[in-house]
Amino acid sequence: MPPNLPRVSASVVIRKSSLQPVFDNLKAAGFTLVGPTVREGAIVLDEISRLEDLPLGWTDEQQPGRYRLKQTNEPYFFGFTVGPHSWKQYLHPARLPLFAARKENGNWAFLPPQTPPPHYAFVGVRACDLAAISILDRVLLGGEFRDPHYARRREQVFVLAVNCGHANPTCFCSSMNTGPRVTEGFDLALTELPEAFLVEVGSEAGSEMMKDSAWEPATAFELRQAAGVFQQAEREIVRDLKTDDLPQLVYDNLEHAHWDEVAARCLSCGNCTLVCPTCFCTTVEDTSNLRGTMAERTRLADSCFNRDFSYVFGGNIRPNIRSRYRQWLSHKLASWIDQFGTSGCVGCGRCIAWCPVGIEITEEVNALRAKAAQ
Amino acid sequence: MSVAFPAIEVRSPVDPMLPRPAVIQGVRPEAAGVFTFSMAFANPADRAAYQFQAGQFNMLYLPGFGEVAISLSSDPGETQLLGHTIRVAGNVTRALSRLKVGDVVGIRGPFGSHWPLEKAAGRNLIIVAGGIGLAPLRPVILSVLTHRDAFGRVLLLYGARTPGDLLYTREFGRWREAGLEVNVTVDVGDENWKGKVGVVPQLFYFVRMEHKNTLVLTCGPEIMMRFVIYEALARRIPKDAIYLSMERNMKCAVGFCGHCQYGPNFICKQGPVFNFAAIEPFFGKEDF
Repeated sequence: MPPNLPRVSASVVIRKSSLQPVFDNLKAAGFTLVGPTVREGAIVLDEISRLEDLPLGWTDEQQPGRYRLKQTNEPYFFGFTVGPHSWKQYLHPARLPLFAARKENGNWAFLPPQTPPPHYAFVGVRACDLAAISILDRVLLGGEFRDPHYARRREQVFVLAVNCGHANPTCFCSSMNTGPRVTEGFDLALTELPEAFLVEVGSEAGSEMMKDSAWEPATAFELRQAAGVFQQAEREIVRDLKTDDLPQLVYDNLEHAHWDEVAARCLSCGNCTLVCPTCFCTTVEDTSNLRGTMAERTRLADSCFNRDFSYVFGGNIRPNIRSRYRQWLSHKLASWIDQFGTSGCVGCGRCIAWCPVGIEITEEVNALRAKAAQ
Repeated sequence: MSVAFPAIEVRSPVDPMLPRPAVIQGVRPEAAGVFTFSMAFANPADRAAYQFQAGQFNMLYLPGFGEVAISLSSDPGETQLLGHTIRVAGNVTRALSRLKVGDVVGIRGPFGSHWPLEKAAGRNLIIVAGGIGLAPLRPVILSVLTHRDAFGRVLLLYGARTPGDLLYTREFGRWREAGLEVNVTVDVGDENWKGKVGVVPQLFYFVRMEHKNTLVLTCGPEIMMRFVIYEALARRIPKDAIYLSMERNMKCAVGFCGHCQYGPNFICKQGPVFNFAAIEPFFGKEDF
């Protein structure tokens, strides 16, 4: 048993079964493990504790409007890309109590929630999703006001990242410069080799969790093998989004007829905003007891595709699908850049796979560009 | 583009979503379905810390009903009593309208940008308001009256649908005495109305104002502001001398909820008061 822990920035190798002691170390350190697992025909995120919870031998096949699981019977724990879930559901929950109000002697007191959120260890974070977390950081912590609920969850998170070894036709992280290789912002990063995991150590906390994992320094052969893994993923990425004329292309064509053409296909269902790892919009819900002496305010996930999202007295500002799709795409790819200094898109392709009619954000931009040039 | 991973500041921030209790000190009816609350924070520390600028707004919270964005309509020089002029428009404002002196509501704020009073010193002002749009401009008027010598000519062009919808009419006399040129119109008069009839932008036809060294501050329905801008530009007032206050659906007022986006702007952060030159590419775009 190696007495020492690997140093930060080292690359080491562990047997695949030695990921279990890493999980055990995380649990012993008080973390709630969240990672990919198979449920209802998809690879979703849920609380996990054992290696067997991971989707060993499963992969996903994704196309516009299509997501299917397939059994490969190959010894890969992370042989898939991204599913419908993303880490925002843990960092920026879809339902969150904001505060309670209690009436005492005719006066209202406002009481913030007392239960501290769990310390999460995220297992299997892809490069695109790591970029999405850093975008949420900018949105919710980077401004004049900081979201304390997000901050409390975020500052505790342990990130066990995974490099992608293959890509789906929906993937375009290389266009958005977010992947497929994980480069920063992790505590540990795995690259899955046929017989072992190559582990890059990104932090002190990461190093400590390698205790009892029987790690060995990576050999030149293993490092070359690992490089082959994400090079393979890179080669498989076929989708491309040109970004150098954004945001101006969108701003210049806000009234282009192409938006009508997309609107004829878009159902305004909001699936894209649900699966998007960076869509952050919320609404609030107010409830009270029948006597009106206790009330609660709850934050709920919201979508700019909802009809009343833009409601002001007198009507909805965006009353049709044309204006709502335009809002979503122009925010994601254009105004996000002005607001937060980064695109709101990481190229994960979820909105393409989970759109029931297979609308592709990349193709809509290409079509707008082509038509605007005519 | 490459995404940098920012260092996370560990301190837990103050919760900007948590309201502070305030007590209604006065209720004044203004017009049909419009009333003004004077409010004071229940906690002396909140009272002492609170400051606002003309054009900013608060979120008023009524437990169990919800929260609404309401402009401050009182004098920014007086922060012990905060004025909010509210029109009954939905569930929350209707519930607010039933409150009495001594009742408690939650306040978060102040939020947003303000009218450019610092740029207005030494200049002429044309204040153009429609209906409830006079409420966020009243702090400007009250500041001007307090420091009247600091400004040139100050015109108020104000209108509402009917004479019964005009706000603050009992103050017009005092405003005129203090050197404010008050011009009023209504869309539709009644049997007692002896003033002008017509929409607000038409008031430009009745006044003369030098275009140099003049700022236009306007708040009202977007369609009204569109024609106010048209009239101002026709009088050679430059685009960057026109300021307008915009409205969009708003849930959080701190840039988290995404509802009030207006192109690259959040109405709650860069707005509600915008320089027209800054939002011209988006202003008036259909369903935007």
